[in-house]
Amino acid sequence: METKTKRRRIKDLNFWEKIYVPEIIKGLSLTLRTMFKPKFTMEYPEVKFEPTGSYRGRPVLVQEENGVERCVACGLCSRVCPALAIEVQAAETELEKERYPEKFEINMLRCIFCGFCEEVCPEEAIVMSKDYELAFTNREEAIYGKDKLLIPVSKLQDRIDFLRQYK
Amino acid sequence: MSILEIVIVTLIKVVVIVGTMLVTVAYLVYFERKVSAWAQNRIGPNRVGWHGALQPFADLFKLVLKEDIVPDNADRKIHALAPVIALLVALSTYAVIPFGPDLQIGDYNIPLLVADVNIGVLFILALTSLGVYAITLAGWSSGSKYSLLGGIRSSAQMISYEVSMGFSVAGVLLLSESLRPVAIVESQSGWMWNAIVQPIGFITFLVSAFAETNRLPFDLPEAEPELVGGFHTEYSSMKFAGFFLAEYANMIMASAFIATLYLGGWQIPYIEKLGLSPILETLLCFGGFLFKMALLLFFFLWVRWSLPRFRYDQLMNLGWKVMFPLSLINLIWVALLIMLFGL
Repeated sequence: METKTKRRRIKDLNFWEKIYVPEIIKGLSLTLRTMFKPKFTMEYPEVKFEPTGSYRGRPVLVQEENGVERCVACGLCSRVCPALAIEVQAAETELEKERYPEKFEINMLRCIFCGFCEEVCPEEAIVMSKDYELAFTNREEAIYGKDKLLIPVSKLQDRIDFLRQYK
Repeated sequence: MSILEIVIVTLIKVVVIVGTMLVTVAYLVYFERKVSAWAQNRIGPNRVGWHGALQPFADLFKLVLKEDIVPDNADRKIHALAPVIALLVALSTYAVIPFGPDLQIGDYNIPLLVADVNIGVLFILALTSLGVYAITLAGWSSGSKYSLLGGIRSSAQMISYEVSMGFSVAGVLLLSESLRPVAIVESQSGWMWNAIVQPIGFITFLVSAFAETNRLPFDLPEAEPELVGGFHTEYSSMKFAGFFLAEYANMIMASAFIATLYLGGWQIPYIEKLGLSPILETLLCFGGFLFKMALLLFFFLWVRWSLPRFRYDQLMNLGWKVMFPLSLINLIWVALLIMLFGL
């Protein structure tokens, strides 16, 4: 059994300790030493924070190497979205997958970045990217269409690896 | 020198000192933010200008543009008067502090202080007592209970610590036998600085200076979690800027006063052995005084970000039951020294 350090009472303190001089000196020296240690500030925007694979940024559509999106417009993400941020309109295509989203819109002002759409997608077609820099100047600009949502799969490999390993 | 020359020289000194002090006050705010940041492992303001050096001007600009709100219950005239008194007191005390030895330019012998008043120390103590009025009036005229409480607490605190401040100064006066700041500086020749001869008095005066300027660890009257800002809760824009500047100007004045009384003023020990030209010596001594002030100001800032705050009853306890007897003991100590060593 390890010995516990005995808590000293006021009568056990010597004179200097009672007037708190050692404590004051310890506090002051700690602050002084901290002034010379390296600082933790990340000077945004020159230095940006690179998140890990588990980070839930904004949702994006995965675009395969041949330029076609993986999405088959099943509408599951739109149904599961708690904030009703996703709108999908399906249409027919000649490719093997037979369905593709003619209109795919995410309203970034409604999105809560929960990741349910990514979890429910059967095709691994929508993933949460690492992008966190979103700033708009008007409401119309915040409704992202396919042009802003399609990201090549090579950039999303971190997230896909994380999903395959943990989820 | 003729009257005209005296007037012109004094005007130049006043303009230089007031101008420098106002800029220094603004930059002290910047340094406080920087020092507080370094003590917390972060960089302070570094966006405005080189390493954030123009930040005080940005702050001032912002404060000027704010709306001036006066509460309904407030007594408008006194509400406007209080920051004026605070700033007036804070800036007038610089008139009697000696910044350096006499400057010899050609025929002219210019002492580096604005007014060589032979009751200089009493003048400073009296003005700091007037500073209590500013805070009391601010707390009372705001028409809000937090301000009133803050104002009352602050004025009680300042009055209690003025007692021990006065007695510590009395210890210094025993050795210098004069109230003139120049005489006090000159009596601390060589290594006989008052901080070494009367260390207890130095410590009581330092602690009382912290309490007088309402700085941590004695800043309960303006602490945000306790009193939402105390006596300056209801102030905005330039009136708040007035109090803000007055607090930092008081701090600078307190460190200048401590440097004069206890750290040998502008004296650098044994500088005359180097045998430099008088003008260079004067400039070096002036620089030495500014260096001592800077060290003390750093100490003020350093303590603020290291120590916890005193509760109000602990504060009053310390002021009356500890600092006051200690300053009396210091007086007896100095009297013994004079008797035994004939200083």
